Amino acid sequence: MALITCRDLALGYESHAILEHLNFSVNAGDYLCVVGENGSGKSTLMRTMLGLQKPLGGSIAFGDGMRPNEVGYLPQQSAIQKDFPATVREIVLSGCQAHVGRRAFYNQSEKALALENLSRLGMVEHQRRCYRELSGGQQQRVLLARALCATKKLLLLDEPVAGLDPKVTAEMYALIERLNREGLTVVMISHDIAAAAHYATHILHVGGDRTFFGTVDEYRRSAPGRRFIALEGGGDA
Amino acid sequence: MIQTIQQYLQFPFVRYALVVGTLIALCSSLLGVTLVLKRFSFIGDGLSHVAFGAMAIAGVLNVTNDMLFVMPVTVLCAILLLRTGKNARVKGDAAIAMISVGALAIGYLLLNLFSTSSNLSGDVCSTLFGSTSILTLTKAEVWLCAALSVIVVALFVLFYNKIFAVTFDEDFSRAVGTRVESYNLLIAVVIAVIIVLAMNLVGSLLISALIIFPALSAMRLFRSFRSVTVCSAALSVVCALLGMLISIVGGTPVGSTIVAVDIAVYFLCAALEYFKR
Ligand SMILES: Nc1ncnc2c1ncn2[C@@H]1O[C@H](COP(=O)(O)OP(=O)(O)OP(=O)(O)O)[C@@H](O)[C@H]1O
Ligand SMILES: [Mg+2]
Repeated sequence: MALITCRDLALGYESHAILEHLNFSVNAGDYLCVVGENGSGKSTLMRTMLGLQKPLGGSIAFGDGMRPNEVGYLPQQSAIQKDFPATVREIVLSGCQAHVGRRAFYNQSEKALALENLSRLGMVEHQRRCYRELSGGQQQRVLLARALCATKKLLLLDEPVAGLDPKVTAEMYALIERLNREGLTVVMISHDIAAAAHYATHILHVGGDRTFFGTVDEYRRSAPGRRFIALEGGGDA
Repeated sequence: MIQTIQQYLQFPFVRYALVVGTLIALCSSLLGVTLVLKRFSFIGDGLSHVAFGAMAIAGVLNVTNDMLFVMPVTVLCAILLLRTGKNARVKGDAAIAMISVGALAIGYLLLNLFSTSSNLSGDVCSTLFGSTSILTLTKAEVWLCAALSVIVVALFVLFYNKIFAVTFDEDFSRAVGTRVESYNLLIAVVIAVIIVLAMNLVGSLLISALIIFPALSAMRLFRSFRSVTVCSAALSVVCALLGMLISIVGGTPVGSTIVAVDIAVYFLCAALEYFKR
């Protein structure tokens, strides 16, 4: 049984479907990259998987001991307000909000978890700094640390490297790859087809005339894959 | 001047007013940060008009304890506004404008048609801008105010972490299973309660100032949510006390004096921030 199985999924806004007949599954340990053009519905798909909006049709099933809210989510940028006064620590701790339940405050083990994830991402020395004064790459790390506090199983990342310079991008990819090797399942939206082909185990291509789901090798041989890789100048294919 | 204040403090009603005023200022500042950041300010403004309308109806109906009528009506409107404002942005805005302006107009109309008072414009003015009503509170009203304030503070402390999470990133909270709708509802209801309480202090038109200025001042000085919250509570209490004392000694209107002090402190904080750089 897969962690997440989508059958004949249709999604969109107010009964206007953007994507239809999506069939794919994510198994434990997978690294799934979702690729497609701007506006093809990648973020909408992720929001639907998170339960932030209802699917227009079909089903999303969680399995393998996975419950719907045991996910860590890294939203596409701009969701968070620029003038928000909050320290890195406050934000990362808020990733533990699902574990708190009816308690009013975070306990020692949750604080320790926040600290552990901060150090995992090399952000411990910044924990007392104000979020909005960090660089874009540091902000992404903070939000990734928050996502890690929320899950031990599945990360959903919406364009985690958008706006980062090549060096920080490479670091971010290395980080995500390490997390994946440490046992986390990763679903990542990306425009970087070269990186997707390099790091991912599976590819979901949405939009255009047809969708594709399969392993990276299958994708390279498929029609949409070849076209897209050529279009994006994809590196090592 | 200290002597004048001491003299006034001998009157129980002055002491009541100071206690209640401080409590109200404390409550209203707590959710200010959330209100500003969530772009919820419009709900606060709309609700204060609703409270005015409800006050007018209470006056016409000759309800003995205004608050027992105004409170439920305002809370109900808060829930309604949240429901309409949630889904369709534009339509929600229009609904809020309708309810708030409508309440204002109907309230004034009712007062004109049915008021038994000889000094109508005086009554309206004091409901809008606050009056000496904080000085004429009965003992029961003082207790009601105090109890509600304590409940508001307790709720805020208990749900502080959830309020932070929901204010910072609603989508993330929803994704990890936090009941965002319930917390938004809680926030709206608490705002409604605060607005009805604060009407006694500054009148319905000035409430937003009481809620928002301390938060904006604190955001100038501090960088973490917790210190901003604590600072805005402290500033709000100090400003309210100072404003009340000035108005007692100088005979100025309570509400506008407090707001004037809030504004002065805001510019002070802005200046401090400027020179820190
Ligand atoms: N709230 C909304 N209401 C209605 N339509 C929307 C809404 N948000 C997005 N859309 C539309 O849905 C489509 C898919 O949007 P989505 O954000 O999922 O694209 P995306 O694949 O993530 O694009 P990008 O690569 O630019 O992030 C777009 O055509 C967009 O205009
Ligand atoms: Mg997107």
